[in-house]
Amino acid sequence: MTIRDKVLYLEKVTVSFDGFKALNELSLYVDPGELLCIIGPNGAGKTTMMDVITGKTRPDSGTAWFGREIDLLKLSEPQIAQIGIGRKFQKPTVFEQLTVFENLELALAGHRSFMKTFLAGMSAAQHKRVDEVLEIIGLGDQRMALGKILSHGQKQWLEIGMLLMQEPELLLVDEPVAGMTPQEIERTSTLLRSLAGGHSVVVVEHDMEFVRSIAKRVTVLHEGRVISEGNMDHVQNDPRVIEVYLGE
Amino acid sequence: MLLLQRSWITASGKSPSEEARRGAWFLGALAFVAIVVPILNQAVPPTSAFHLSAFALTLIGKYMCYAMLALAVDLIWGYCGILSLGHAAFFSLGGYAMGMYLMRQIGTRGVYGDPVLPDFMVFLNWKSLPWFWYGFNHFAFAVAMMFIVPALLAGVFGWFAFRSRVTGVYFSIITQALSYALMLAFFRNDMGFGGNNGFTDFKEILGYDLHSDRTKVVLLVLTVVALAASYLACRAIVESRAGRVMRAIRDAESRTRFLGYPVESFKLWVFVFSAIVAGIAGALFVPQVGVINPGEFAPINSIEVVIWVAVGGRGTLFGAALGAVLVNYAKTYLTGAFPEVWLYALGALFVLVTLFLPRGIAGLIPSKVKEK
Repeated sequence: MTIRDKVLYLEKVTVSFDGFKALNELSLYVDPGELLCIIGPNGAGKTTMMDVITGKTRPDSGTAWFGREIDLLKLSEPQIAQIGIGRKFQKPTVFEQLTVFENLELALAGHRSFMKTFLAGMSAAQHKRVDEVLEIIGLGDQRMALGKILSHGQKQWLEIGMLLMQEPELLLVDEPVAGMTPQEIERTSTLLRSLAGGHSVVVVEHDMEFVRSIAKRVTVLHEGRVISEGNMDHVQNDPRVIEVYLGE
Repeated sequence: MLLLQRSWITASGKSPSEEARRGAWFLGALAFVAIVVPILNQAVPPTSAFHLSAFALTLIGKYMCYAMLALAVDLIWGYCGILSLGHAAFFSLGGYAMGMYLMRQIGTRGVYGDPVLPDFMVFLNWKSLPWFWYGFNHFAFAVAMMFIVPALLAGVFGWFAFRSRVTGVYFSIITQALSYALMLAFFRNDMGFGGNNGFTDFKEILGYDLHSDRTKVVLLVLTVVALAASYLACRAIVESRAGRVMRAIRDAESRTRFLGYPVESFKLWVFVFSAIVAGIAGALFVPQVGVINPGEFAPINSIEVVIWVAVGGRGTLFGAALGAVLVNYAKTYLTGAFPEVWLYALGALFVLVTLFLPRGIAGLIPSKVKEK
């Protein structure tokens, strides 16, 4: 491990469900501003890993730290969301009865209590922030449209936009291009690459073409542990990876 | 109207909302009731065909109270997805708080003429007033209780239920149980709330004779004002960012939690507020109708409220109030004309509305803003 601070430290995390080890002493680090792709066959533990980071699942053993100060295992789901870890789910869930603008408004970093949200107005700076994000995700023309009328791809982008509103340090993105058209995939790839740098982004994805197009560093999971790490070429030529995944 | 329109432009830069336009109509209709009803009763001579009888006054007052109760249910069900089948409990508790005040006002005019004890206590051979009746001879104290008791029950009950993440149909069932348990408790003479007879035979409120038309008119106007105020308060909530969070909870609860919103606390706040509105409605109901008994807690009452809201249009506020008035008008008419068909009619109405009018009567009103 280098001296340089990481954004996320997972060390020897084990999660078992009825004796089946979904994660088996998994260790993983994320650098500030990097775009890390995680691949692996079904059941490799990718989603469980995301669940551990976001507090949805508690590990049996191991540690999870956000930076050097914050022990993620001590925080609840909403608290983890508030300290700067945003997660995009596999299935896009935007609020269908709210407009695109309102979806982003609710995701805005800031007040979360009933009374404060009841009294909250929107400052010019916040308005600007929403406009910026609308620009980034390319939904400026749909700002007044209800969530339910968006296409699948647009919902995915809106959800990424909602993550951005929370100004997270770490973005966890689960299968962003599943079910997208080639054009939509290309736009998503541009979008995610533009986010790295300002944020650390962890992408879990099956689509190898897509991973190749965005990733600098790829981590391969299998049976709950890391079996290979490096750039795409390195990983693709690793015999262990070929055996369990790419060689199938 | 033009002035209003300008203030309709919301934080999200929306064009004048449909809600506000309909709200203006709704408030206008309430103002009409509050002005015309007193004139028809007080200024028009009883011999005239346009004279409004005391009976009609009570009836309209009752509808207004029910409209408030419907608003309370629509706020939590229509906007936050919490289907309470126990709101009659909060309505009744508010009513009982008012009833206790009115009982203490009877004083020596009761059948037994006891200056302190209400008749039913004398009848049960009680020697002194139970501690929980203290203070109810003061109107201000009673009014405070109309707010506090429903709020406290909703707060404690909601805290346990929401914290345990009891949602959906399970929540509905335990609210039914809550209301039923309270009904059984209030039926017991030992509870000190008059048993199955409840409270009745009230004489006056704040020194004004409850049987005079003038008092009835004032109570009716106050109820209309309370209804308008509740409507405005509910609308302020649903149009704020908190209201958008509520709708987010309704449509995707766990997603809202992931955005960092304390979902349980939002539900609790709204539930408590809604219980208070229901309690005030009950408190206004009792002096106008002149009786409160444990039958008001009956589970069927809470279910009927849900039907009013569904018929009027869930998630529209004004529609809920409209539904309450229309369904209750139908009930008044049908239970008079064909008493045996009423429950079938109510059941059929609910089925038909669910199948053919999912957005209720409010959904029939043509909307200027097209749904994209």
